[in-house]
Amino acid sequence: MTLDTNLKHVTSAKELEELISSNENVMVCCGRMGPMCVPVYAAMEELEASGEYDHVVFRDMAFDDPEAYVIRNLPECATFRGLPFTIYYKNGKVAKATSSIQSKDQITSILKEVF
Amino acid sequence: MKKYDAVILGAGPAGLTAGIYLARAKQNVVILDKGTGGGQVILTHAVANYPGLPETYGYKLASEMKKQAQSFGCEILTSQKIQSLDISGNEKKVVTAEETFTAPSLIVATGGKPRTLGLESEKKFQGTGISYCATCDGDFFTDQEIIVVGGGNSALEEAVSLTKYASKVTIVHQFDHFQGYAHAVQEAEENPKISFMMESVVEEFLGDTALTGVKVRHKPTGKITELNITGAFILIGYVPSTEMFSGMLELNGRGEIVTGDDMMSSVPGVFAAGDVRAKKFRQITTAVSDGTVAALSAMDYMYGEDPDKI
Repeated sequence: MTLDTNLKHVTSAKELEELISSNENVMVCCGRMGPMCVPVYAAMEELEASGEYDHVVFRDMAFDDPEAYVIRNLPECATFRGLPFTIYYKNGKVAKATSSIQSKDQITSILKEVF
Repeated sequence: MKKYDAVILGAGPAGLTAGIYLARAKQNVVILDKGTGGGQVILTHAVANYPGLPETYGYKLASEMKKQAQSFGCEILTSQKIQSLDISGNEKKVVTAEETFTAPSLIVATGGKPRTLGLESEKKFQGTGISYCATCDGDFFTDQEIIVVGGGNSALEEAVSLTKYASKVTIVHQFDHFQGYAHAVQEAEENPKISFMMESVVEEFLGDTALTGVKVRHKPTGKITELNITGAFILIGYVPSTEMFSGMLELNGRGEIVTGDDMMSSVPGVFAAGDVRAKKFRQITTAVSDGTVAALSAMDYMYGEDPDKI
């Protein structure tokens, strides 16, 4: 189960654990191919392609994949009620988490803040 | 400074269609979009009534339009923040943070954005109880009580759709009647999970880290009712993105750009297409139609009706 985006996909909890333990800065957008999620993937694709954020690893993950429990069950997401759940990992730990649609400007601002 | 035959503002269906027509006619054209492009169509889950296409996702349709425009040589620049406009002379000038673009014709296809209630507490709970997309977030409210704010077709249809998940849906609407079609009203009224608060407006959303309640004011009496809810879906239509044209172009009372049948605005050489334009029906197909007419009219404006001059 993967999303129809140009981002690389995370397909298992183990893969995510390895990713965040081996990379300092990781952004993962966990959602569906829905109206609130697609603009976030599009912004991530542009940021990745821009070359300005080579120090950040951009990934997505299908919200309905059973393995996405690793994001759905995060304490930081306990009050979230809007897709997508976007998680920013710094040195293996959650540095920031957002719920629902975010503009490219909002994402850029968070990237600058936490990474 | 970059010189073009036409500059298009907005990469939704109207702007992309104009770009396709102009670029295919060998015009040097650029589309500037403030976001990632695609327009409102990418906020549409499924598109089932676009002629000639089986049901598809909104984002896929937009993506194909974008690729088609680029295949004809149309330049598309995203994340463009317009700092100033000068549309008074023969050469229209668009200044962004990085560049100045000039062209004899300008097509405005900046679309619209979802209308919000404008409450501080609304911003606070976006993503933690307040949503603008029932299809996306409905299942987070399974067996919970929610409200839907609005009285048009979207609000009525989404309220019915949300009863698949929620235990109770209250529609809060500011008027004493609905703006939706009769069948949509009837379907909502016949649904046992839906109740109504007419002539009522949201005063404040309540909660700490997530939404837990709402204060609703009955307009005729001023009476405040507090509801315990965990979700609120705001479905009160769209507003046109025309702030930057205030005082430059003729706008109607809703802030939409007034055009003729040829999509020309009150300023010669400036055209408007899609949701940003004053018109009755807003569909992807009408946006595509507007974009087509705007592009052809722009070429008429630049070259007259002699095709050899193009």
